[in-house]
Formats: sequence, C-alpha cells, structure tokens
Amino acid sequence: MNDPMIDVRGLRKSYGRTDVLRGVDLAVRRGEIFALLGPNGAGKTTAVNILTTLVRPDAGTATIAGADVVRDPAAVRRAIALTGQYASVDEFLTGEENLVMMADLAHLPRRTVRHRAHELLERFDLTGAARRRVSTYSGGMRRRLDLAISLVADPRVLVLDEPTTGLDPASRSQLWDVVRSLAADGTTILLTTQYLEEADRLADTIAVLAEGRIAARGTASELKALVAGDHVRVSFQDAASLDGARALAVAGLDQAETDDKALALTFPSTEPVRAIRDVLEHAETRGLAVAAVSVVKPTLDDVFLALTRTDTRSAEEAQR
Amino acid sequence: MTTTLPAPATAPARPGPTGRRGAPLRDVATMTRREARRSLRSVDSLINAFALPVLIMSVFVVIFGGAISGPGGGYIDYVVPGVLVMCLGMNSGSAAVAVAQDMTSGTIDRFKTLPIFSSSALWGHVFASVVRNLASAALVVLVAVAYGFRPGAALGDWLGFAAFAVLAVLTFTWISVTLGLVLSVEASMSVNMIFLFVPYLSSGFVAVETMPAWLHGFAEHQPFTPVIESVRGLLAGAPDAGTILTACAWLGGLLLASVLAGGVLYRRRTAR
Repeated sequence: MNDPMIDVRGLRKSYGRTDVLRGVDLAVRRGEIFALLGPNGAGKTTAVNILTTLVRPDAGTATIAGADVVRDPAAVRRAIALTGQYASVDEFLTGEENLVMMADLAHLPRRTVRHRAHELLERFDLTGAARRRVSTYSGGMRRRLDLAISLVADPRVLVLDEPTTGLDPASRSQLWDVVRSLAADGTTILLTTQYLEEADRLADTIAVLAEGRIAARGTASELKALVAGDHVRVSFQDAASLDGARALAVAGLDQAETDDKALALTFPSTEPVRAIRDVLEHAETRGLAVAAVSVVKPTLDDVFLALTRTDTRSAEEAQR
Repeated sequence: MTTTLPAPATAPARPGPTGRRGAPLRDVATMTRREARRSLRSVDSLINAFALPVLIMSVFVVIFGGAISGPGGGYIDYVVPGVLVMCLGMNSGSAAVAVAQDMTSGTIDRFKTLPIFSSSALWGHVFASVVRNLASAALVVLVAVAYGFRPGAALGDWLGFAAFAVLAVLTFTWISVTLGLVLSVEASMSVNMIFLFVPYLSSGFVAVETMPAWLHGFAEHQPFTPVIESVRGLLAGAPDAGTILTACAWLGGLLLASVLAGGVLYRRRTAR
C-alpha cells in the first residue's frame, strides 16, 4: 500500500554521445503532485518519454502502479495518461468528437461514451464550444480540452509535460486548480516545468533536474532553506540616511547589498525580526529617515540558480 | 472568463478502460473515422482527392488527346488506365503529410501511450485512403466516360478492377505512411511527386517503344508498367493473368515491406 505510484531507480539514457539522463531516482506517492523542475535540455522530456513507454531506458528501472515500463508497457499504458508539450488535439474535429474518439480508444462501453464526453466537457467549461471545431479554440480552451482528453479513461497517473507553456496567467491558474482537484481525488500527478512559480504553487514535492541528475529534492520550503535564510530589506528616504545606515552595528549588515536607486539595503539574517528592531532603534538614535522595512523570503529562483551554478562549476572542474 | 472547475462532489464513477485487452477492430474503426473526417473537412484534401484527378484526366484527354493517337484506337482508351493509376498514387501520397503532421503535433505520441492496438493510427490513415480513393476513382472513370472513354469491361472485370485498385491503394498508402513517419511535414508534401512522375516512365501514357532506348529497361520492368497494364486489361475486358500476377507480386511485396517497416518505425520514433 505504501509502495510509491511511480518508482524510478538509476535511470540512464544517452543519445549518441550525449548523456541525457545520468542516473535519476524518483519516488512519487499516490495522490501526490510531483514536479520535475529544470531548464530546457535538462532531460525532463526524456524522463517523461521513458515513464510513458515511448522510449526505452539504457539502464535503470521505472515502474508505474507496480508495472515495469519496459517489461509490461501495456499495463503502464492502462494506468497513465500523457498530456504533452503541445496540445495534441485534433484541429479538424470538434471538442466533442475529440473526446468521443478518445473514449472509443479507451474502450469505454459504447453506451457510456457520449455521456463521459459530455461530463468532461461540462467539467472543463467547454459545453458551449462542444460542437465547434478545435481550430476555432483559444490556447486556454485547447489546453483544457487536452487535459479533459487525458482524463477520459480516469487514469491513476497523469503525466503533464510543461502543461502551461504559452498560456496566459488566467488560464494557467485555472489549469492549476484543475490539477489540484485531480490530486485531491487521488490521481497521482507528475509534471515537468521550467517555471519555478508553477512548481512552487502546485507541487507537494519538487525535484530539480540539472544536467541529467536530480540536483535537489524536497518541498518548496525545504528547497528554499537549502539556499539561505531570510533577508531583511530596509529603504530610506534620502541618500544621507542610506549612507549613515551602512555603519550601523546590526548582525549581517556588513554583507548588505545596496540598491542606490531605491535607496535600500538588503542583507541576510537568521533572525529577521530582531534585525529589523535593531535597525529601527539605531536609525532613530542617529536621526536616519527610514521609509520601509520588509522580510524577503528566498524564491525558488534563488535555489535554482544556486543549484545549477554549482552544477556548472563542478562540471567545468570535472573537465579540467 | 472566470470559471471554477469544481471537483465532482462524489468520487468519479470509474468507467475505466474495460477489461477487454484488445479491441483492435474498434481501434482501427475509430482511427479510420478520424481520418475520414479530416479528409472531408479540409479543402486541401478535397481538392487533392477529387478536383486534381479530374483536372489531370481532362488535361490528358482534351489537350494531349488531340495530338497523340494511341496504339490501336483513340488515345483516350489508351491513357485512362494510366491516369487512373497516377491519381490513385497521388491521392495516397497525401497520407504521408497527414502522418507527418500527426508525428509533429505529438498526436502519435499520445496514441502510443494508450492501451490500443499498436499501429491502429496508421491503419486508420490507410483505410480512410482506400475509401477516399475508390470514391475518387469512380468519379474519374465517370468523367472519362463523359469525355468518350468506352471501357469494354463486363461486371466481373469491374469487380476485378475494384479489388485490384484496393490492393494498389493499400500499397501506395502504406509506402506514403511509412515515409510520413520519417519525413518532416514539408518534405512529406513531395511524396505524391513520386506517384506523379514515376508513372510517366512506364507504358501508362505512351508506348515504351517510343521512348529513348536507354529508358526501355526501366520503363518495361518498373512496377507501374504491370500495374497500369493490369488496369488497362481489366477495363478493356481482356485481363491478362500473367500481367496481373506480376503486378500483384510487386504490390504485395511492397505492401508487406512497408507494413513491416512502418510498424517498426511507428514503435521507435517519437515526436520531433
């Protein structure tokens, strides 16, 4: 029961002399939203292709819902649904025809095919456009139809390869809502993304894929904790106050970065509340005019940059 | 547009894939329906399937027909079989474009992750092509008759012609489908050029003896010659068993080779 829904061990894949995956391990629990985060070329799509039985790995194993992707691809295919990077819906069919086609291909009992199609059209707010050809749909509508199509057979594992690439913010957050509600219903979700915000907002667990390896994994906050603690940002009303503040005796202030335009100092702090109190007290004593103070939490961007930077450095060292 | 997409209040009824592991016929039927709809709804494909063949027939009969006299009779009776086979080939060539588009769009990748009969997507293209081609061939024959073509075929010959045309279209389309799996969309658009030009180097349009000597070898032994001669015999009501056998051997062999190659390529290749 506690077996992971997706279990990947030591996965390797090379194309010619390029090692795309260099030993990847993953474990995804049932109902979890798991994000594989990485820049273009990190190997995300190759990993997805192996997990969805499209490509065979060179080494390592991958099982989905207990079925091995190489030894029993048919069982894997019965458990999964893939939504690829492009909305692979048929332009010349209507939304309804697309769904009916996929319901037929899922071998649903014939009398339930139409019912299932209508149910999904309604759920994805496409009933009004059901009889229009997909070529007239907006990008957001195509994505919704694409996702609806993936759900026809009620998959246990849904694989989303960069599901929101090219979507406007409203459609993106709408899609996120759908993904969350699916996970709440017990669908296991593996998504790849190059958007840190997406992983941050959506995923229970994030694995950072860089140069064919998992560089780090954890919850968004665990990953952020990897980089550093919080930062304190203090802005002043005039340049003289900013200059005066640099000399204050506050822990961490010696590492401050100065933003002359915004008249602000940003410095790392393990105890941000205490640092803010110290800054304000000293500033008042010396007559420095503070405009605003805030605590800045590290973003996944910071994590991402830190991880990929070290990765590049070690790769360069390895080459030397 | 603000919409919320609430999760269903109750756990979704699991319609799930039925226990039946294989329903290959249903898969192929579904794929054929998909492709037939595409053919009927795209102006390009309607022009390629119906307008172009009629135009080619007209060019040969109206323009060349006046200048060329066929061996033993009007040129029209000589050239119609050649034009018919050329049209069947060109029309089958569109399948290469359709398959290349399916590869590029990720549609084939999605089909491959479904628990369905492996190459049903390809068979869908092939069967839709057979239906489209038979309809197109019927139209071309009718137009030819309107221009003065007088076939000597009896009912049995017509049935033989229909069966032979199905075999030819199956072969031509499978060759195109296999090429569509490896070519880009742009390159796949020239697949029908194979079917447009290679028949010229056969006995389809002029007798081989009238060609330069160095072409005789190729023109007499390339597959289009027995294929067109078979159609010519059937439509004239005087089929020659030997010629038809040679043509069927060519077509059957090419069909088998492309079905096998297509099947392997379909499993190996992913979206590009």
